[in-house]
Amino acid sequence: MNSFIAFIMGPMVWISVIIFLGGLTIKLVGILRAVRQKEPYIYSYVTLKHSLRSIGAWMIPFFPRSARMSPVYYGISYLFHILLFLVPLFLASHIVLINEAFQISWPALNDQVADWLTLGVIAALIFFTVRRLMVPEVKFLTGAMDYVLILLVLLPFLTGFLAYHQWVAYRWITVIHILSGELVLIIIPFSRFSHMLTAPLTRAYMGSEFGHVRQARDW
Amino acid sequence: MTDAPSSVEKPTDPAIESGLDRLTPDRIRQVIQQVLKKETGPRFKAYVETCMRCGLCAEACSYFLSNDRDPQFMPAAKVKNTIWEMLKKDGDVSKDFLRRAVRIAHLECNACKRCAMYCPFGIDIAYLMLLVRRICHKLEITPQYIQDTVNSHSVTLNQMWVKDDEWIDTLQWQEEDARDEFEDLQIPLDKVGADIMYSVIAPEPKFQAGLIYQAATMMHAAGMNWTMPSTPGWDNSNMAMYTGDNEISGRIARAFFETAARLRVKRIVMGECGHAFRSVYDMGNRWNSWVMPPFEVVHALAFYHELLTQGRITIKEKYKKKVTLHDPCNVSRGRGLHDKAREVVNMVCEDFVEMTPNREHNYCCGAGGGVINCGPPYKSERMVNNRVKAEQLAATGAEVLIAPCHNCHSGLEDVIQYYDLKMEIKFLGDLIYETMEKKIYEPGA
Repeated sequence: MNSFIAFIMGPMVWISVIIFLGGLTIKLVGILRAVRQKEPYIYSYVTLKHSLRSIGAWMIPFFPRSARMSPVYYGISYLFHILLFLVPLFLASHIVLINEAFQISWPALNDQVADWLTLGVIAALIFFTVRRLMVPEVKFLTGAMDYVLILLVLLPFLTGFLAYHQWVAYRWITVIHILSGELVLIIIPFSRFSHMLTAPLTRAYMGSEFGHVRQARDW
Repeated sequence: MTDAPSSVEKPTDPAIESGLDRLTPDRIRQVIQQVLKKETGPRFKAYVETCMRCGLCAEACSYFLSNDRDPQFMPAAKVKNTIWEMLKKDGDVSKDFLRRAVRIAHLECNACKRCAMYCPFGIDIAYLMLLVRRICHKLEITPQYIQDTVNSHSVTLNQMWVKDDEWIDTLQWQEEDARDEFEDLQIPLDKVGADIMYSVIAPEPKFQAGLIYQAATMMHAAGMNWTMPSTPGWDNSNMAMYTGDNEISGRIARAFFETAARLRVKRIVMGECGHAFRSVYDMGNRWNSWVMPPFEVVHALAFYHELLTQGRITIKEKYKKKVTLHDPCNVSRGRGLHDKAREVVNMVCEDFVEMTPNREHNYCCGAGGGVINCGPPYKSERMVNNRVKAEQLAATGAEVLIAPCHNCHSGLEDVIQYYDLKMEIKFLGDLIYETMEKKIYEPGA
């Protein structure tokens, strides 16, 4: 058991991070190369200025009309995405592990605060699930994979929350926590989670078509 | 809510039905695979892989809003019911599926791209619907009426089977009539080296020749150095662009630009048509490998703005009735001309009231993108599918609706009639013509 834990806390972390970063890099290079081969016209239209204009406009909370039409979903989704990165990266116990391995560290979130934020992520995921079940137009689009994706994100946060409180089976919960976290990292480049890479690209292209050719706003 | 379409498609369109009869499962698979694998690239892949099924696009679509928020009509659902299914089955889809797919792509989407502005990722669903139309074109199951316009384009290079001599005849008839009223008015044909080539869509000579008369009057009053071509290539409309017949679409745009090149004009000015503008400003040029159009293409809205702000034409007395303005997708969302349009309306009219939402966010007319061109058989569903527009129009309380685009104009005329809105509909040019200072012919003066 100890050697298993040593493996998932050691080499496996490396493996998942490499697959995560390497996968996304390969994906990006593949996309850029395919654009050059099959749709080179895209490079004629994408401009940095209009790409950033569009991405920027969509980063401002409640700035696009679309966001103002669905403020609850958009607001929760916005916070959720921030917490998704903020909580794991600034969690004291994660920083301790990194400090042990690399002797680097950065300011951590207060444990109490992190605990509440984790609950926030879990609540957002429950909200997304309920929305998929209740809102007719979302329900219509939803397939089994959408629930799998929600579950995949839920696992590391839920087990992280349980592990922190050490209520039951601390050891097992921690193992599941580590494994599910690694699983999410590994799966990102191969699933629709890769929208973390492709969404800025599609936004940049549409933003450029609107800004450069159409000379209109796209938000 | 089930995955099945809300209603089973009735086999009504003879072109779709005879096309379906000819198809074999092999042919269907082959065409779908060819289009989705060979004719697309990373852009298509990214759109399919990036959609997170959030449903935010629903709010954008006038079909969804007009049909009591029936999920079948939301943009992403149209992709689910066409593209996703084709991909899942690798092209192995049934004829019933295709009958529904034609309907979705040709009659339940105006390719107005409003949804691209409601998707946080900017996924271009209009592009995906045009891909479905491309597949339908290659399977030869395009609806009859719009296919006929493409056939006309293919034979005559204009949309309405206007014969070469009829075209010249119509221009000379308008010139002759106008000369009775306006001193020395000319519609100069083939004047090489003129500043402006004026171009229209084929429905103008076919049944709205008065619009050419009005345009000539404006050119005359403004003292422009202009010309119109006497040869095929004069029509800037392009229905092939909307049926996915890219080859013919490209031919049309190419003939158009070559005509302008032959006349060595400095720029092209065009009448109040949206899709024609999209063809020569955005799409037709791309098929012919021009990043941007090889000529400066000026839509009527921008041209009116220029004539009025430069004082080339002056308004004698402003239009009195309360007017509202519809923003056509292809010139507002398609070219950002909405602010200029408002400036023109305010220069011409006394009492202007906005409809909401407006500018880039305006609701579609429900007719454009080739939908109205699928013809009378689909008129009543087109009306049902655009209730939200009727409500938007009624809320303005305006007496006159300005629709500066041919498709919008025809579609909204139907909406006004069907929903019994007490409104007149006009082109912006109609109002300018009515209110401007003209060079009237005075015998013996």
